[in-house]
Amino acid sequence: MTAEPLLKAERITRRFGGLTANSDISMHVERGEILGLIGPNGAGKSTLFNIIAGAFPPSEGRIIFEGRDITRLSAPKRCRLGIARTFQVPKSFDTMTVIENVIVGGFVRHPSAAAARRAALEVLEFAALRNRADTPASELTPPEKRRLEVARALATEPKLLLLDEVFAGLTPSEARQGSELVKRVREKGVTIVMVEHVMEVVMPLVDRAVVLDLGRVLAEGTPVQVVADPRVISAYLGERHRAA
Amino acid sequence: MRAAVFPASVLAGETTHVWKRRMQLLIGAAVFAAVAAIPYFVTDIYLQNVLILTLMYAALSQSWNILGGYCGQISLGHALYFGVGAYTTTVLFVKYGISPWLGMGAGGALSVLLALALGYPCFRLAGHYFSIATIVIAETALLLAHNWNYVGAAMGMQWPFNPDSWATLQFARNKLPYFYFALGLFIVTWLVTYAIEESRWGYWWRAVKDNPEAARSLGVTVFESKMAAAAISAFFTAIGGAFYAAFVSYIDPESVMAFRFSLLFALPAVLGGIGTLWGPAVGAAILIPITEITRSYAGGSGSGLDLIIYGGLIMFIALIKPEGILSLFRRSAKEGLAT
Repeated sequence: MTAEPLLKAERITRRFGGLTANSDISMHVERGEILGLIGPNGAGKSTLFNIIAGAFPPSEGRIIFEGRDITRLSAPKRCRLGIARTFQVPKSFDTMTVIENVIVGGFVRHPSAAAARRAALEVLEFAALRNRADTPASELTPPEKRRLEVARALATEPKLLLLDEVFAGLTPSEARQGSELVKRVREKGVTIVMVEHVMEVVMPLVDRAVVLDLGRVLAEGTPVQVVADPRVISAYLGERHRAA
Repeated sequence: MRAAVFPASVLAGETTHVWKRRMQLLIGAAVFAAVAAIPYFVTDIYLQNVLILTLMYAALSQSWNILGGYCGQISLGHALYFGVGAYTTTVLFVKYGISPWLGMGAGGALSVLLALALGYPCFRLAGHYFSIATIVIAETALLLAHNWNYVGAAMGMQWPFNPDSWATLQFARNKLPYFYFALGLFIVTWLVTYAIEESRWGYWWRAVKDNPEAARSLGVTVFESKMAAAAISAFFTAIGGAFYAAFVSYIDPESVMAFRFSLLFALPAVLGGIGTLWGPAVGAAILIPITEITRSYAGGSGSGLDLIIYGGLIMFIALIKPEGILSLFRRSAKEGLAT
C-alpha cells in the first residue's frame, strides 16, 4: 500500500436539471504526478474539474483532499488549503497589470504587500513573464494570457494545480513551451491535474490518464495502457484518428 | 524554502515600485500644501465657499471611490450614509448637547453598521441590480426622514447659534476653519486610499471588480471583501455628512439625503478616473465649481442647468475617455517613457 493519495473523488454524481454530467465517478490523484483528465466533448471533464476546484458542489459524493472532506468548502478556502486552478477561457484581471494579477494570488500566503510582490516577481521569472510585469493584462497575447493564468495560480503556492485546457488554441511551438512550463511546475513538487483533449500534447506529458466518456470513468492507466484500450479507441481516439 | 537572495531583476522591480509609491506621496504633499495656501490669495467669501464644497465633494467622492471605484460596486445610494452622518451629529448636538466631534464618530459608526446590514442582502445582487437596490434603499430612507418627527421630519433641524469654536465646529463669521477641515478630511481619505492601494484589500477589491470568479479561485473571499469596502466607504461618507451639517448649520431631509448627493459623490470619480487615487479630486475640481457657479449665476431657474451640465460631462466622458480624465495623462506619460 503506497502513501495516501493527495486527492480522492468518491462516487461523484452531478446533475444539471435532467442531464447527468457526472455519474458515480471515483478517481484519485497521487502526490507529485501529472494526471490527465481526458475524454471527448461532453464527457463530463469540465464538470468534474469544477467540482474539484470548488466552483460548484456535486449532487452526490465526496471530495477528499489530504484526508480531509472538502466537498462543501468554498473555492477560496480550497485555495488556502493548496488547490489552485486556471480557467479554460483566461479570466485575467484586465484593469490590472500582469504583476498585480499575480500579487492577488500571492496574498493567500503573504499578508504584506511587499512580500506578495516579491513572491509575484519570482513567479513571473519562473513563468517567463518577468519582462511583461508592468503591462496591462488586457494587452497580453493569448499564449501569454495562458501563462499568466498559470503564474497567478502558482502564486498561491498550491499543492495541487488544476489546469483547464491550457493548450487549447495554441500553435504547436506555443504548446511545446507550455509543456516545458508544466514540467518545471511539477519539478517544484506541485501535483498537476490537466483537462485536455489535445491528445498529442497531453499523452507524452502525463504520468497517468483518466478517460471519461458520457459522465463515467471509461478507463484509467498510463498513457500507453489507455491509448491501447479498445474502449478508449472506439469512444474517442479511433474516431479522431480516422478523422485526421 | 524561499531563497534568501533574490535575483537582481526581482530587486530592481521592487525598488522601482517603492520609488513610484514615494513619488505619489511627494506629489500629494505638494498638492496639499498648494491647496492649503489658496485662501491667502482667494479672500472672496463666495469663492472660498466654492472651494470648501469642492474639497468636501473631493473627499466624499474619494470615499465613494473605495467601494465604487476599487471594488466595482456602483452605489447610487451613498446619500443615505451622508444623511446618517449629518443627522446623527445634529440630533446629538441639538437635543443632547453632545459635541459634534463625538457625534461625527457616532454617525460614522452607525453608517458602518448600516452598510454591513444592507450589504448582507445587497451584495448578493450583481451589477445593475445592486445599483438599483442602493437607489431604492436611499430613497426609502429619505421618505422615512421626511416623516420622522424626532429628527424634525420635513421641517429639519437648526443648529443653535454659538460663538465660533473648534469645539462645536461652528464658525459663523470666518469660513477658513471649514476650509481646513474639508482639506483635512480630503487628505485623510486620500491617505486611506493610498494605503489601501498597496494592501491586500486593495488588490482583492480590484480583483473582485474585474472578475469575481477568478478572484475566488485565488483565495479572495468576495463577499467579505465587498463588506469591508462598503464599511470603510460608508464611514468616511458619514464623516463628510457630519461636516456638512456643521457647515450649513441647518439640515432637512432634502438638503442632506436627496438623490442628487448620491450622484455628486459618484460623478467626480467617474469624471476624473474611477478606481484611481487622483480621479475623485480631479473630477471634483472640475465639476463642483462649474455646478456652484452656474447655480449662483443662473439663479433659481439654474437648478436644472447643473443637471444638464452633469449629463453633458457624462456623455463627453463616455464618448471620448471612458476611463476618465486622468487616463489622458497616463497615456501620454507612457508614450513619453517609451520614446
